[in-house]
Amino acid sequence: MFDGPSVVAALKDCGVTHIVWLPDSELGTWEAALTGPNGLPLIRVCREGEAITVAAGLMLGGRKPVVVIQCTGLFEAGDALRNVVHDLKLPLFLIVGVRSWYTHQEGKSGDSCPVFTEPILQAWRLPYTLLDRRHSSADLAHSYRQAQAEHRAAAVLIAE
Amino acid sequence: MPMTQRQALATLAQHRGDHVVVTTMSAVGLWPELSDSPLDFAYMPSAMGHAPGLGLGLALAHPGRGVIIVNGDGGMLMNLGSLATLAAHPANVYLIIVDNGLYEVTGGQRTAGSGRVDFAAVARAAGIGRVHAFDTLEAWHTGAAAALSGPGPVVIWLKVEGRLGQKTPKPPRAMAEQIQRLREALAR
Ligand SMILES: Cc1ncc(C[n+]2csc(CCOP(=O)(O)OP(=O)(O)O)c2C)c(N)n1
Repeated sequence: MFDGPSVVAALKDCGVTHIVWLPDSELGTWEAALTGPNGLPLIRVCREGEAITVAAGLMLGGRKPVVVIQCTGLFEAGDALRNVVHDLKLPLFLIVGVRSWYTHQEGKSGDSCPVFTEPILQAWRLPYTLLDRRHSSADLAHSYRQAQAEHRAAAVLIAE
Repeated sequence: MPMTQRQALATLAQHRGDHVVVTTMSAVGLWPELSDSPLDFAYMPSAMGHAPGLGLGLALAHPGRGVIIVNGDGGMLMNLGSLATLAAHPANVYLIIVDNGLYEVTGGQRTAGSGRVDFAAVARAAGIGRVHAFDTLEAWHTGAAAALSGPGPVVIWLKVEGRLGQKTPKPPRAMAEQIQRLREALAR
């Protein structure tokens, strides 16, 4: 389960300094925890490519942001992702909500989002880990720490 | 007197103080003739339209430091939402929109907004409190010091003459070297 308080606590424990986000209905439930007394600085943007470049500026300045977006936003943000990961070579970390993932697994979804999320990440050569109901915020923290230790960009997909 | 972009940037070079200067597109080619500071960052290769976000992130990471972003009108039109984002996150960002009415580095094609979009009005409507517009060199020369100081976000709209037949400029340094140089300068 990825409830707001446990996700925020795990990310803080990892040394994350900022969340840059444009949420969906699942990720959006983290808002209270993010903005509460034990939260993290939250940067709200208007489009997801912008989230990625705000995070890039923070990383250039030595901070450790995490970008939180829906897979639709990942599709929108391709050029920014390409530039930040492959031209600037910054260790971008994305948390991406995959809309309709569970219903897609059951063959009951007409949503094209889960069809394209993983192929898009593969095309952009961004390593990713898919986390579902069996996982917890500790797994999210593990993915983050591993990517940071290897100074590389990575994504975590949250099944929705 | 109408401004050339080179004249506009020469005035900026006089007044940038110890702000970071992030250049984009045609400004990437002109700026190294006017400045070679470790606080200069040529955002090239870039993701077009995304310099305001990059500058905001830098300014949030270093609250004591101003960040000037030199953005083209084409790049600005591509990401007008970034004005609302800047307005929502107070930081010392000075966003200069160099409006030549053209996509200059691709040879000089007109943008959809050429001669029509009032960037000062758009910035105000997005919630930016400090907005300046200069369409002569004299006015920019007189107003630059005040516009580039004090709390951000500030939007500065500069009308400049467009140039046709330009080529995409080359950044003065490789990206990895630029990043290292900027980080070292910011750490001082
Ligand atoms: C997303 C995207 N679309 C189109 C291009 C092609 N392109 C490169 S530079 C440029 C024009 C830039 O215009 P502007 O931002 O006004 O700067 P100027 O060249 O006038 O200095 C365009 C359209 C691109 N690099 N990225």
